[in-house]
Amino acid sequence: MPKYTLTVNEKKQTVDVDAGTPLLWVLRDNLGLTGTKYSCGEGICGNCTIHVNGKAERSCVINVEDAVGSSITTIEGLAEKHDHPIFKTWIELEVSQCGYCQPGQIMTLAALLEQNPKPSRKEIDDALNSVLCRCGTYQRIRNAVDKLVEEGQ
Amino acid sequence: MKNSNKIKRRVFIKVVGLSGGGLFLASYVPLQNLLANTGDDPKIFAPNVFLKIDSNGIVTIIVHRSEMGQGVKTALPMLVAEELEVDWDKIVIEQADVDAKYGSQTTGGSTSIRRSWEPLRVAGATARVMLITAAASHWNVSSDNCYAENGFVINKLNNEKLSYGELVDEASKLSIPTDVKLKDPKDFKIIGKRIHRVDTPDKIYGKAKFGIDVVIPGMFYAAVSRCPSFGGSVKSYDAAKAKNISGFRTVVQISSGVAVVADSTWRAFNGRDALNIQWDLGPNAKINSDDIHNKLVNKSKADGYEFESRGDINKNIEEEKILDAVYEVPFITHAPMEPMNCVAEFKDGKAELWAPTQNPQNARSEVAKALGISEVDVTVHVTLMGGGFGRRLVSDFAVEAAEISKAIKKPVKLTWTRQEDMKFGWYRPPSLHVLKGAIDAEGKAMKFSHHIIAPSITQFRFAPDLPPKDYDIKEGTVGLEYQIPNMRIAGSIIKTPIPISWLRSVYNTQNPFAIESFIDELAFAANTDPVEFRMKMLPDDSRLKNVLKVLAEKSGWGIGKILPKGRGRGVALFKGYDSFCAQVHEVTISGNKIKVDRVVAVIDCGIVVNPDLVEAQMEGAIVFGLSAALKGEITIKNGGVEQSNFDDYEILTYNEMPEIEVHYVKNTLPVGGVGEVGVPPCAPAVCNAIFAATGKRIRKLPIRLDS
Ligand code: FES
Ligand code: FES
Repeated sequence: MPKYTLTVNEKKQTVDVDAGTPLLWVLRDNLGLTGTKYSCGEGICGNCTIHVNGKAERSCVINVEDAVGSSITTIEGLAEKHDHPIFKTWIELEVSQCGYCQPGQIMTLAALLEQNPKPSRKEIDDALNSVLCRCGTYQRIRNAVDKLVEEGQ
Repeated sequence: MKNSNKIKRRVFIKVVGLSGGGLFLASYVPLQNLLANTGDDPKIFAPNVFLKIDSNGIVTIIVHRSEMGQGVKTALPMLVAEELEVDWDKIVIEQADVDAKYGSQTTGGSTSIRRSWEPLRVAGATARVMLITAAASHWNVSSDNCYAENGFVINKLNNEKLSYGELVDEASKLSIPTDVKLKDPKDFKIIGKRIHRVDTPDKIYGKAKFGIDVVIPGMFYAAVSRCPSFGGSVKSYDAAKAKNISGFRTVVQISSGVAVVADSTWRAFNGRDALNIQWDLGPNAKINSDDIHNKLVNKSKADGYEFESRGDINKNIEEEKILDAVYEVPFITHAPMEPMNCVAEFKDGKAELWAPTQNPQNARSEVAKALGISEVDVTVHVTLMGGGFGRRLVSDFAVEAAEISKAIKKPVKLTWTRQEDMKFGWYRPPSLHVLKGAIDAEGKAMKFSHHIIAPSITQFRFAPDLPPKDYDIKEGTVGLEYQIPNMRIAGSIIKTPIPISWLRSVYNTQNPFAIESFIDELAFAANTDPVEFRMKMLPDDSRLKNVLKVLAEKSGWGIGKILPKGRGRGVALFKGYDSFCAQVHEVTISGNKIKVDRVVAVIDCGIVVNPDLVEAQMEGAIVFGLSAALKGEITIKNGGVEQSNFDDYEILTYNEMPEIEVHYVKNTLPVGGVGEVGVPPCAPAVCNAIFAATGKRIRKLPIRLDS
């Protein structure tokens, strides 16, 4: 069986999985990083979003072999001290309901704000539009994003 | 896989206790240390099943309902803590396992707060009274000279204090009082506050354990292949190709299909896909949506069973204007973001489950039945769940996991794919609604009749011979608040083989759509403003009327009545779950595109336990209701569901989110439910708004302007 060495949350880890295994399942089943969520498995919902070299990507449609050599960040590694401004704003505005989609929402937004702390409404919409939330937390996400952008985070 | 295997059972239980089951607030850490420092086990005072206080002063509140995003893990403890007089930041919150001692643990029907309002406050008050009694006898003073605050009993005479922890021993010896006095709402310190959700941080840090995240030692992973048409079965199968998948462990046939067991989720999926199964497609393999639609239409020709009537619907009224219309809604599905899953371990004749279930007591009995063991030998740990909306009231996924574990004699995690979640759901049934009405020369509604035709969930799931008087399909159409002199409400059921069950608001997503749309038709026929038309039909002491009044004011209804071309606003009302809700939706139509710009919602749910949670439930309900109205449709082909993922079963997205304003009526009336009451007004309000904007009356969901 092939072995792949991945850099996840700044740690190098070797996993023994088949080529073609989606990174999502490697993170969840092999590395125990269950903060990255499975929902659609086809790149539609964004719940499995992680950062690959700082960019928001959907881990369910990345094959493990294509992730070798990249720097991967999951929700667990976004801010180990939990001091990320998104976390603080999310708690303050009580964005989350069931919480299942929230790691994907947060990882998507974090990548956007990292690249551009003052994104336009359109850029925000484009980034967040396909991260689905069945609980309907979009209004609070919007309020949280507005607050973060205003504070220049 | 290897990593997870290393976790010992003992350690795992603690992990579940921390993140999946119990919930610890920031201040837990020092308390935990305190606990760890004591040599002896602390003594525990537990006057009832909802709370315990140990001699280290740790107050634990037990949540007996399931947390699926609605906030019960915060709101239920608020009820106990209010009466117990404890420091909110110092409590520990624990998720209850399945146990009859809690009464019903079913999280559905917007009942968690309503049914717990009294018992949980009594639970807290009982403990408080006992702690005060214990302190009073310690000081040798009358209880009247003592009061409780922030986890202490205080002696009014000299300001001496004893902590709850210090009183555990003495309080435990007292007999439990039966008639404790509850606080006056004006003295509430916790109830009514915007208390933050206790589980938000772990959820957003990716630390919280949902059902799908549970790992237990030695666990395998399973996926199931089920017959593509409902009611079919396995004829034979060939697993040769599946066996070649690396990590393959075994293949077993279970009651719902064929399961492949492997050493990871992905390999289990691959193994399942590699099965070659010969299905007996069963008796329903030719059924399509059209057949079900035709059944509905055929039944609509009869009068139906009369649930309610008033006056005479057939009498002629002078100069009456008669209207009739037929409304129709399709199957829809829950599609929570977390697909169905369950971890099960069958060992020594006993089953232990970690299940994201809204219905642990049902999961226990269904699993016991399927495995042929007794209910006492089934343990169910309720995990967090990524949405429920009623889907997790059914225990099919728990039974599957338990059957697989029993067959392979190993613990197993079963994960459904999204496709399976779409195709093997328990759908909200379709329905057809025949409406007739009449207005008189003054524009007053004089006649109203409604005949709903739909499959019955109760009949399908529990009572094949359900008598018509018990038809569940009447939910949301009987007991209407409108005073119309001649009324007839009737229903007919049809049978279909498609699995149906409760979905957030159930028949209240159907009947009110038809009724509130048709009332709008009557208002326009009467040339009367839709709010005014409704006002006239509502009795003066009606809470719904009051809600409508507040709504008219908050939404600016009537002010600037004429919206620009292509824009419109619509109103709809609903009462149910002991609550009252009215909404105004504003839409912009460009071509065939509908954009809901703004929704103003007013709710009267009696005492508001936590305004933030009520608002969140209303926002969520509106998104859920709009998703169904604008997009939701499950169609049947060859006895199975056609849709398979969020690209062909769409839900509302971020861009489509309207501005939602939620207002609530402040009063001290008994608490009502809030999880569902916001859904029913959505479809009619948005359709009424579309009519106002375009003159096009939508009578079929989902809304399609091009048809
Ligand atoms: S699970 Fe990856 S996009 Fe939905
Ligand atoms: S918070 Fe539940 S799916 Fe988004």
